[in-house]
Amino acid sequence: MLMQKTKVCLVVALAMTAITTSVFAGGPGKPGASDVKPDANNAGLKLPAGFGAVKVADSLGRTRHIAVTANGGIYIKLDRARNNNGILYLQDTNGDGKTDKKTSFGAYGGTGIYVKGDYLYATSNEDIYRYKLDAQQQVIDPEHPETVVSGLINRRQHESKSIVLDDNGNIYVNIGAYSNSCQTKDRTAGSLGMQPCPVLDSAAGIWQFKADKQNQTYGDGVRYATGLRNVVGLDWNKSANQLFVMQHGRDQLHDLFPSMFTEKQSADLPAECMYALKQGSDCGWPYIYYDPYQHRKMLAPEYGGDGKKTGGENAEDPVVAFPAHMAPNGLLFYTGNQFPEKYRNGAFVAFHGSWNRSPENQAGYYVVFVPFKDGKPSGKWEVFADGFAGPGPVKSPGDAVHRPCGLAQGPDGSLYVTDDVKGTVYRIVYKTK
Amino acid sequence: MRKWMLAVMPLAIGALTATAQVKKPATAKPAAKQTAGAATATIGRGKLLYKQYCMSCHQENGTGVPRMNPPLIKTEYVLGDKTRLIGILLNGLNEDVEIDGEYYSNPMPSQAALKDQEIADILSYVRNSFGNKASTVSAAEVTAVRATIK
Repeated sequence: MLMQKTKVCLVVALAMTAITTSVFAGGPGKPGASDVKPDANNAGLKLPAGFGAVKVADSLGRTRHIAVTANGGIYIKLDRARNNNGILYLQDTNGDGKTDKKTSFGAYGGTGIYVKGDYLYATSNEDIYRYKLDAQQQVIDPEHPETVVSGLINRRQHESKSIVLDDNGNIYVNIGAYSNSCQTKDRTAGSLGMQPCPVLDSAAGIWQFKADKQNQTYGDGVRYATGLRNVVGLDWNKSANQLFVMQHGRDQLHDLFPSMFTEKQSADLPAECMYALKQGSDCGWPYIYYDPYQHRKMLAPEYGGDGKKTGGENAEDPVVAFPAHMAPNGLLFYTGNQFPEKYRNGAFVAFHGSWNRSPENQAGYYVVFVPFKDGKPSGKWEVFADGFAGPGPVKSPGDAVHRPCGLAQGPDGSLYVTDDVKGTVYRIVYKTK
Repeated sequence: MRKWMLAVMPLAIGALTATAQVKKPATAKPAAKQTAGAATATIGRGKLLYKQYCMSCHQENGTGVPRMNPPLIKTEYVLGDKTRLIGILLNGLNEDVEIDGEYYSNPMPSQAALKDQEIADILSYVRNSFGNKASTVSAAEVTAVRATIK
């Protein structure tokens, strides 16, 4: 087994050298070209002119977040372990854009996965583990990861733990609120908010831990930012040297307070917000929500609001406010050179798609792009990749054929997108012709 | 046991028929109609209540939300034991639900604030919609389960 692995590694290493040579023909700085040939129909995606897509792999399970190594190897976290394997490692050994080799390990489900330096970091819904990588950026000992953090709250609601690292040895993890809006009785019509909201002590925020210290738990970490209901997509913005997150906004304004909010208002409120965080940031949940039409932080009805009263004077303002309920599950700041200049340092956001807009059609199910300059949005967001859900309108999330979830950038500047319905992995490239 | 029942049945049926005939001549048809009418009424009321209390999570077509809110279609949770089903509405449900190999994790809040008849209406609707076909639920059945709680 070990011998076989070594042989495979050698073969892969040789193959990778060949691929690397071809991909990096002009060096990573070569703009405007990928050598990968897109699928005839761009894998069913609608993309801006000049872009193409390859279906890298399919039927992998509920593929959540994704990390691509400097060698082009792909690590993916599965929502639930399959046959005791919750992490996939995929390789494209012949450089045609399709992966042709798959191994798996890690007997736990989860969402978060990230590669930084010589380590692969992965999360269950309670713990953070890390695996040492070899020179080919492959996990050396898949059976014995280090436990970096354990015992994080998982009460099934907003339970996923997404992670990102900065350049100073810190790891950031989302601990989602085990509640919709901190009502005394969660998601129960008319129930008022707890004051102060006790969820904030151990959840509804981003915690910071040391990436290289084992067996940490709450007491070892720092509550880096609070008042964030649930974050799935997050990324470290290198040009601003700052953590950016996408919040999943609250649900069910109409269901819970029908006298104050119509069904239509409930479908359109609140915004899904992007926040630029610094240590100590408070984004205001559960006391407020953001209204993208009034451009204001509004007092939540659980805390005396009525759709008109504002609140949260000290809470952060979002840097981008997107339409409601679209469920941003992936955030990636693009630092590659393959895509045209306008994409450099901008943000890609994967919207998993809403469930909470009925009886209207659901929304999202696409990847959007926000241009950035000097660490701040420099223009309006636009849909970048669409068509994941299929041809028809999505009345209910079950109608969606695919739902975008995780994002990663390949060493050649390609954009990878996972889908957690069918387990499809897409690679979006900028075409030479 | 069986023999005893078989022996009594003709007598019972005879007695029923006799009483019925005394009360109203053509009783069989209207009674069935009445039952069907009651079922239609409870399912109809349930549809409106479902829209108000259940739809956003379980969706208009009962398909639920992948990974989060379970579907209500052709599952034992809905079509099986009524006591368990009524109990889920009254108590809420805060545990992983597995249906056909898929897991659903969102906690469901208790609906105990609804009246017994309202819960009966909702469940009758759910058990007879989205391709489901099962007996309706009565307010008395909800009352009985509620009595076992607290």
